Amino acid sequence: MRAIGIILAGGNNNKMRALTQRRAVPAMPIAGSYRSIDFVLSNMSNSHIQKVAVLTQYNARSLNEHLNSSKWWDFGRKQGGLYVFTPTITADNGNWYRGTADAIYQNLEFLKSSHEPYAIVTSADAVYKLDYNKLLEYHIEKKADITVVCKTLRQDEDATRFGTVKMNEDMRIEEFEEKPMIALSNTISTGIYVIRRRLLIDLIEHSAEEERYDFVTDILIRYKKLKKIYGYKIQDYWSNISTIDAYYQTNMDFLKPEVRNYFFKQHPQIYTKMTDLPPAKYNPGSAVRNSLIASGCIINGTVENSILFKKAFVGSNCVIKNSIILNDVYLGDNTYIENCIVESRGTIRANTRHVGENGVKVVIEKNERYSL
Amino acid sequence: MKLLDKLKRGDDVIKKEMIAMLLAGGQGSRLGIVTSKMAKPAVAFGGKYRVIDFPLSNCINSGVDTVGVLTQYQPLRLNTHIGIGIPWDLDRNFGGVSILPPYEKSIHSEWYTGTANAVYQNLEYIETYHPDYVLILSGDHIYKMDYEVMLDFHKENDADVTIAVMPVPAEEAKRFGIVITDGHGKIVDFEEKPAKPRSNLASMGIYIFSWPVLREALIRLSSQNGCDFGKHIIPYCHKKGKKLAAYEYNGYWRDVGTLNSYWKANMELIDIIPEFNLYEEYWKIYTKNDSLPPQYISAEATIGRSIIGDGAEIYGAVHNCVISPGVIIGKGSVVRDSIVMKDVQIGGGCVIDRAIIAENTVVGDNVTMGTGGDQPNQYRPDIYNSGLVTIGENSVIPPNIQIGKNTAVSGDTVRADYPNGLLESGGVLIKAGGEE
Repeated sequence: MRAIGIILAGGNNNKMRALTQRRAVPAMPIAGSYRSIDFVLSNMSNSHIQKVAVLTQYNARSLNEHLNSSKWWDFGRKQGGLYVFTPTITADNGNWYRGTADAIYQNLEFLKSSHEPYAIVTSADAVYKLDYNKLLEYHIEKKADITVVCKTLRQDEDATRFGTVKMNEDMRIEEFEEKPMIALSNTISTGIYVIRRRLLIDLIEHSAEEERYDFVTDILIRYKKLKKIYGYKIQDYWSNISTIDAYYQTNMDFLKPEVRNYFFKQHPQIYTKMTDLPPAKYNPGSAVRNSLIASGCIINGTVENSILFKKAFVGSNCVIKNSIILNDVYLGDNTYIENCIVESRGTIRANTRHVGENGVKVVIEKNERYSL
Repeated sequence: MKLLDKLKRGDDVIKKEMIAMLLAGGQGSRLGIVTSKMAKPAVAFGGKYRVIDFPLSNCINSGVDTVGVLTQYQPLRLNTHIGIGIPWDLDRNFGGVSILPPYEKSIHSEWYTGTANAVYQNLEYIETYHPDYVLILSGDHIYKMDYEVMLDFHKENDADVTIAVMPVPAEEAKRFGIVITDGHGKIVDFEEKPAKPRSNLASMGIYIFSWPVLREALIRLSSQNGCDFGKHIIPYCHKKGKKLAAYEYNGYWRDVGTLNSYWKANMELIDIIPEFNLYEEYWKIYTKNDSLPPQYISAEATIGRSIIGDGAEIYGAVHNCVISPGVIIGKGSVVRDSIVMKDVQIGGGCVIDRAIIAENTVVGDNVTMGTGGDQPNQYRPDIYNSGLVTIGENSVIPPNIQIGKNTAVSGDTVRADYPNGLLESGGVLIKAGGEE
């Protein structure tokens, strides 16, 4: 592959409320067994990108833990590999990453010392499959300076939380507005870009001189007339997870056979960190319907239209409906959970009731747990 | 250069205190068609594991990080499973897991003719690590054991050989190798499958040898045909007056050498609090994981008392089953008291009772297994019994077929193979692709 990968995994997002207090969005658990960053890492691995940098800053513990070995995504190679860059203090810099462009600027050596002609720059807060080779071919064919992967949302989806774009008939982007009050179209930027490595270095250095630090506003929007910026439309499933509702909905999409089939059955595969958990165990009294169950779960109660992440324990006479139970949650007997996201490592006492009345409720309960 | 000379010269010698030699070459013929294409240690167990995962995990959990795996019979599955040992953290710069198949020599090439002969043929491997002790394991038992505690026992007793033993019921004792002790852990005598056992301590086939003692015995008995630990090496050491100690083990230990014991040991895992608990944090069992999505349980499925692996899709009813990863069970099917291995597809409307269905098998719609009377198997009643239906790996069962009890089916079968759409109890149907 003629590109390196740069994953911008630094940001927090206050729309995720309490769920990202303890982890960065790219570490959000998805579909029972995965984390958000697995999708982009798997896409890169499956596109034969061999050298990938992850730029992280906000609450990266959970993310770093997830990335503790690069072998799960097949990046454990002599050539290339997976690099995690957090901000460091140097003789001439004592700042955090002040924005996405600054994050790249502070790690410019990585870009300069690479030899691949292109860079794929992407965020890690979306669930999708994409062959970056096809994207690169398109980029070359269009003779573009920058190619932005775009997605046309359904009419009922809110475009104003994204960057919206307007393209001409040749797919060149003419208008680009970041998080507009009123969306100029329902085609949005997915935050995935292709750019020549040399050009990226120039643009980033130039921005840094002008003390501009954001990749979207200071490079994409500022240069939209000057540089040839093209859009590449992603037709298949793509879903951003960076609000509570979007996160909930994206997970629930995996209960649909077509989504499961697309991600779980069709080539190429999505990889994730391996855990050594036993198979899920269904004890007498369990009743599970239309749900995804990850390994290590022990179920004694009722689970309906829900997703149980790894190592969830469901007590006797529990009822769980339309909910997402994150990793290593203990639900005491007779608990009732409906329309909720239960934060990982939570311990819910027996006889507790949590119902999301108007929309999804995030449940964070830290009680003492006595385990065997 | 000799080790001692190196030490005198002050050269760095990297050594391992104890290394393990894991005997994984056996066929396990009493598992019938389940082991027709793989060695017994490679047989699936408990949903996602293979039998060899248990001794390998015990090794790494006990701090034994150098393991030679001796393979011979159908090693492909075992080789791909072990790889370079990543799942067990046995990918090491020095040590780690090594697969040791028989190899050709300039003179006198031979297969591994017996357990001790296999180890003898790999003397060079062992000497690379300059061990003080060598642990001999077999790859066909389900248990958790801290070999380091056993080693401490070996050292405390100043033993030359330590044999792990466990108490068995008196009526069972005659199926085992029995050791007789002086009551203080010192072994005074042995009996191999005695008619009238003098003790209830059965050998578990786990030995720690002080390396010089084992080395001497292996070389001395190298011309012994089919040289075996239980039959030759241990009696030789005993005769030579070496100190033999019995290390008593009282935990969970199962031999899964027969279809019935294999089936029972699997079923024990689905008890509410299983005696052999895979869910505790302490002493984890590791295995090669394929990157698999979570399992999906559909709206019309019912599941009671079972364990189910990743990536499985259940649309029917499952009761008292051990279901491996990637299995699909169709709508309206009922599967009870069965072991279904990796990537098996079961169609809709099937009724399956007490079956062991091996990997990658496809079962058509409306197939019934485990019906009819309890007639014994017509060819191998010693293998296919206890009312079990055994289906070999990569088999195809056409739709609308009935299969009786104590039966074995293997290969790409078609409707014409079943007179009146029925394989009666006690029948065997093995087609090309499967072997007896």
